[in-house]
Amino acid sequence: MTVKLPRIGTAQILALAAILAINGFVSPQFFDIRLQDGRLFGSLIDVLNRGAPVAILSLGMVLVIAMRGIDLSVGAVMAICGAIAASLADDHSLVVTLAAALGAGLACGLWNGFLVAVLGIQPIVATLILMVAGRGIAQLITEGRIVTFTDPGLAFLGGGSVLGVPTPVVIALAMLALTLIVVRGTALGLMIEATGGNPRASALAGIGTRLITLAVYMWSGLCAAIAGVVAAADILGADANNAGLWLELDAILAVVIGGTSLFGGRFSVVLAVVGALIIQAMNTGILLSGFPPEMNLVVKAVVVLVVLLAQSPRLASLGLIFSRRRS
Amino acid sequence: MAAPHADQPSAAAGSARPASGAPLLELTGFSKSFGPFTALDAVSLTLRAGEIHALLGENGAGKSTLIKTMTGVVQRDAGVMRLEGVPVMPRSAGEATAAGLATVYQEVNLAPNLTVAQNLFLGRQPTFLGIVREREMRRRARAVLADFDLDIDVSAPLESYSVAIRHIVAIARAVDQSARVLILDEPTASLDAHEVEVLFAVMRKLAARGIGIIFVTHFLDQVYAICDRITVLRNGRLAGTGTIAEMPRMTLVRTMLGRELAEATAERHERADLSAAPELVRLEGFGKAGYVAPFDLTLRRGAVVGLAGLLGSGRTETARLVFGAERADSGSATLDGRPVALTGPREALTLGFGYCPEERKTEGIVADLTVRENIVLALQARRGVLKPLSRAEQDEIAKRFIRLLDIRPPDPERPIGLLSGGNQQKALLARWLATQPRLLILDEPTRGIDVGAHAEIIALIRTLCAEGMALLVVSSELEEIVTYADEVIVLRDRAHVASLTGAAITVPAILAAIAEDGEATANAA
Repeated sequence: MTVKLPRIGTAQILALAAILAINGFVSPQFFDIRLQDGRLFGSLIDVLNRGAPVAILSLGMVLVIAMRGIDLSVGAVMAICGAIAASLADDHSLVVTLAAALGAGLACGLWNGFLVAVLGIQPIVATLILMVAGRGIAQLITEGRIVTFTDPGLAFLGGGSVLGVPTPVVIALAMLALTLIVVRGTALGLMIEATGGNPRASALAGIGTRLITLAVYMWSGLCAAIAGVVAAADILGADANNAGLWLELDAILAVVIGGTSLFGGRFSVVLAVVGALIIQAMNTGILLSGFPPEMNLVVKAVVVLVVLLAQSPRLASLGLIFSRRRS
Repeated sequence: MAAPHADQPSAAAGSARPASGAPLLELTGFSKSFGPFTALDAVSLTLRAGEIHALLGENGAGKSTLIKTMTGVVQRDAGVMRLEGVPVMPRSAGEATAAGLATVYQEVNLAPNLTVAQNLFLGRQPTFLGIVREREMRRRARAVLADFDLDIDVSAPLESYSVAIRHIVAIARAVDQSARVLILDEPTASLDAHEVEVLFAVMRKLAARGIGIIFVTHFLDQVYAICDRITVLRNGRLAGTGTIAEMPRMTLVRTMLGRELAEATAERHERADLSAAPELVRLEGFGKAGYVAPFDLTLRRGAVVGLAGLLGSGRTETARLVFGAERADSGSATLDGRPVALTGPREALTLGFGYCPEERKTEGIVADLTVRENIVLALQARRGVLKPLSRAEQDEIAKRFIRLLDIRPPDPERPIGLLSGGNQQKALLARWLATQPRLLILDEPTRGIDVGAHAEIIALIRTLCAEGMALLVVSSELEEIVTYADEVIVLRDRAHVASLTGAAITVPAILAAIAEDGEATANAA
């Protein structure tokens, strides 16, 4: 499947390269990487490290969107799972902490999937429920405080490094590999693309569309849990109010930049991650350039606009008209 | 369990209403093309005051386009419409209503969340200083509905009432807006027998008041129960018109399908000896309330069962029940003598059933995926998520079927949406053939495809049958069914009404059974 990447991913990879080049231009030391205390440092490493949570979220989001769905709850699920991890970390073993946090993420995904697949609620409404309620649940877990922890095991997931590479980056890469194995190593990818492309035809072809919907939302929940744990581990605490705030929108944006249509069907896991990196590279670049961070949101909006315009079939037909006129 | 049609004596010549001589509505030379496709070709229609006029035709005959051009939803290319002698040319549905031409669609175009009274007066509410006079509106609504012998709570939301009442409310709204011509587009499709009677009473009442009604339906019994005259369209042309006395059932069916008895000399294949063919699937008392009346059906290895009937007769519905796409609520099924539950496509796939639906675009192909992916879809679904076909296996299967069925262009990596209808159909056949089904259900396998592919698909049906597969084929092409079917089951008004086997399978016999011409059926059998 990856054979196709060069053909369909050119635009995204060029965009990433262009943004990195601009970053290098506004901040000459952007590409400097140095090894210090056995860990790599530098702006480029920062982009990867800071981009890891959204990249992990986009791994779940891309499958949900390919099924014609959307998961607005991932930011709130990050807060819940981060809160659980931070609350348990100092009194329990790392295994128990992670099992509880990831289990909670899967349960959240199961809830979303149940609403969408079994009760037939529109995905945007179904996941909005948990988006709103989830942050409240997270605040209940932390009892309204910022819960801190000192457990070095959990802290390693946010601030440690493996062979010099920051742990969040390693986790994101591992999740990317795992997602690729799950969707492309099995027939799941084909079934997701078929169901997203034409749900009725796929059901009549004998695909268990309901079960796949459920599985995909659970995967999204699991990804959100991992992102939540990484985010909490990074700051050595859980802030139920701010953890993962608005990150669902970044994840959706990453998927859309990665070329997966909100109408479902064809998807690319790798390009969704590239989309997440594009977003983070923009964020970092604006910070480095000394522009006020407010600019970030405006620039992001412009990028969304450009991507959506590029995908608009109406614009494509307009372009056709213009090219005909010229010829 | 009652089939949704009125149990009216079919021979009755409607109600004896005096239809005045001067036409109320006169259409001449109505034409409309969509690109190269001619939807209407110089169609004319005359409606007299107080007349209930059936507008009939098979799928694609041009009924919807005619109604849309009459009511200004679509602009006609040519044609004159005179209402009481005055030329009218509505440019929108609103203008048509203002001119006195109201349409009530099968899916009632009202707001179900608003109250009955609000729906009746939507856009023309009685107001005082800009404020809606709710009480006055309710009073008027009750008065309007009393006219239709309907005494309901007009302040309840429309959605709390049955489909029949919603239709009557829509009709009442139209009539109250001084409609002189009322177009009812398949109002009875989702009504039960009693509701149909209620609606018919309303229609008779309106006709007696001098309103002209154009009634679109697929139920022939209803045509003879209530209509005075019939206009039949076929392929966008006027195929025939006359009073119901001038158009008995045989004539009507023949006019609708465009078949002449003399034409029916199509070649036939050697029919299987049904009693010798081993039984594969047996359905007993199989049916679903309001969908298809319970029926018995036996499918045998190496035999083709054809389902014939008019559009909406229950052909497609029968096919969907057998595959489990729609779940039966009565009856039992056995496969090789063992009881099985046909609960859904997944189960059907496991049992070795395949189904190519009539709606190729919405229910068949996944347009964005490649031909290869579309072909392997059902096989992969049967193997399950964890046993993916390798790319090499997929390529092999796709190439084999592209060669076998001559799918063009022979490129397995082309998105299937870019292929022609005939090639899409072949790829869908390949999807099921790849699963090596024991029973293949084909719904209109030759619709909308070019002549070459047409012949190839019929040849394929015969080959599969000769190889011992059981087939159930729905087709409105009677000559076609006659050439390959070993048994033809005729459906009418959502019930199986006749079964023809052996030498009795002829186009005239099928036509006769569709038309319920008892004598002809007996002669043929």
